Amino acid sequence: VSAGERVATDVAVDPRARVSTPPVAPPPPHEERQRLRRLKLEEAVLPPLVALAIALVVGDLLILAFGQSPAAVYRMLLEGTWGNWYGFGQVLYKAGTLTCTGLAFAIAARAGLFNIGAESQLAAGGFAAGAIGMLLPAGMPGPVAVPLLVLAAMAGGGAVGAVPGALRARFGASEVIVTIMLNFIVLALLNYVVATHLAVPETLHTPEIAAGRVARLSDASALFRGSAANFTLLFILAACVALAWWLFRSRGGFELRAVGLQPEAAEYGGVRVGRVWTRSMALAGALAGLGGINYVLGYKFYYEEGFATGSGFLGIAVGLVGRNHPLGVPLAALLFATLSQGGLAVNALVPKEMVDVLQAVVILAIVMSVPEVRRLLRARVLGGARA
Amino acid sequence: MSELTIVVAFLAQVVRIGVPYFFAAAGGVLSERVGVIALSLEGYMLTGAFCTALGAYYSGSPWVGMLCGLAGGALSALLLAIATVRFRADNVVAGIAINLLAIGATRFFLRLAFDSTSNSPRVPGFGGDAPGGGALATLASPLVWMGVVALPILALVLYRTPFGLRARAVGEHPQAAATLGVPVQRIRYLGVLASGALAGLAGAYLATDQHQFTDGMTAGRGFIALAAVIFGRWDPKRVLLACVLFAAAETLQIRLQGLNLVPSQFVEMIPYVLTIVALVGVVGRSVPPASLGKVE
Repeated sequence: VSAGERVATDVAVDPRARVSTPPVAPPPPHEERQRLRRLKLEEAVLPPLVALAIALVVGDLLILAFGQSPAAVYRMLLEGTWGNWYGFGQVLYKAGTLTCTGLAFAIAARAGLFNIGAESQLAAGGFAAGAIGMLLPAGMPGPVAVPLLVLAAMAGGGAVGAVPGALRARFGASEVIVTIMLNFIVLALLNYVVATHLAVPETLHTPEIAAGRVARLSDASALFRGSAANFTLLFILAACVALAWWLFRSRGGFELRAVGLQPEAAEYGGVRVGRVWTRSMALAGALAGLGGINYVLGYKFYYEEGFATGSGFLGIAVGLVGRNHPLGVPLAALLFATLSQGGLAVNALVPKEMVDVLQAVVILAIVMSVPEVRRLLRARVLGGARA
Repeated sequence: MSELTIVVAFLAQVVRIGVPYFFAAAGGVLSERVGVIALSLEGYMLTGAFCTALGAYYSGSPWVGMLCGLAGGALSALLLAIATVRFRADNVVAGIAINLLAIGATRFFLRLAFDSTSNSPRVPGFGGDAPGGGALATLASPLVWMGVVALPILALVLYRTPFGLRARAVGEHPQAAATLGVPVQRIRYLGVLASGALAGLAGAYLATDQHQFTDGMTAGRGFIALAAVIFGRWDPKRVLLACVLFAAAETLQIRLQGLNLVPSQFVEMIPYVLTIVALVGVVGRSVPPASLGKVE
């Protein structure tokens, strides 16, 4: 007797039986996959939205504390950033650096490591580009000099990043602590070298680079006049796309993610976990270092002490909000760059420091809501399956 | 100056520089011993310093300021405790966020309360107003005395009281502790709150000592304290020695500034380099409490 016929007879005999038999057939595999994909998407997207909502409320309170109208302040913030070309250019410039430090956090996080060292990796990258740049022969053509300095920046950041990775792999030293300590060590070292050997007298910066300058957006369109946005942004965007491909479509990226999800399983599967740690931290450092070209090649043409102070730590927020995805990171970077630039735009009404508070609130809200959202969503989905 | 005077003056300066480390490192040991990573000591300290200045300014009394500093540090630690213990947020990221929050919030409220971007007006401190601060002026502040005994008292609490035993158990093996009826979450809340209060006192010392709050006045001291915790292997006695060592190095650097023997940047690095050395384990490996930073 086929299942269909049995149902028909059951119904005829006893209407209540329809409720209990037969058991609901499991959904076809593709539906199951779709459901899981939706769950993953919701898990990824909801925490940033929750965090933004909380930040908005905190922002309202701070603005009210200063006796201003939130609506007026937010309008001013938007007009000062996306409302005019100069503001937009500044947002793009800041987003470039933040994308790099965001990637530096994200890629390490995908390998299961915390990179809190983007601050010093970024500085080392900028320093390497500036120092090599001032040694280049003056007439060197751009197509040679620019890639050379890009590589120098990545090598500088990568060298600083590789240390915590290697120490973790070899000695099991916590990469969190090592990256934090390295921030202080590397910055002090760079300050020493620049102050005693390289600085232009009476300043804290090196001489200008001799070759390898990259044009600003304002050179192409007068609309951007005065803003720091420049074409190094293309390198940074290319890095995002390349990284997305590498992370999700290549063997190395697969190994990295496998180590991040379950190091023991990866080890059992033949991955050399220690090497992956070292390599991912070096890559993370190189990505942070890449951010140095935004300032050194595209904006001021020299390395200066503290040229991007704070961008490294903000990269953590960018990585988190971008859900550690190479294509989510630039979007999150735009958001945080808008906030930073917007802080300057509204400084007449409320202190720009309000933005620092909001950025911290976003980070805090997001790390608090990630486990919570996952729990709630999973409870709902599992509950739904049972019913 | 006789040799004795020089030695006394040197020791007094070591203590003066060391007090914030003693407090904050005591907080760090406590927090990490109950299993919560103490990355936000810097933030607690900064918040504590600001609240101290605020309280001392409006009340005119350094004692009220000190209590405000203690409360401010504890309040910022409460935020971390809620995030990590209640919401199981990641310790590292939450800790960094608290630091960023402290930097931003103190700046914001500095503008709001004192309409300044750099510093508060002069606030009362604990006596010893003599400029340069001799050995005697150092001892006039009750915070110095409290700071010196903070770590020894913590050692007593951790190793000689029921609370200390529970705290260590929670940090090493929370499941086992819970099985025996130890309220794991409550102990963690208490440990983190107390660590914030202690670091807040470090901030109170800075603010009353300098008679004002200045933007970013903690200048990485919270991280030096964390370095001392790790270098001292989470044991109050060793941590105390580490703090004294770091403070002595700083004092030497200040004393020898004129001679230019070693660039100041290299002296600044000492705590951080030693910490990495301790983690790598060239001379005896530094091993953290087993459940540190784990959210189950």
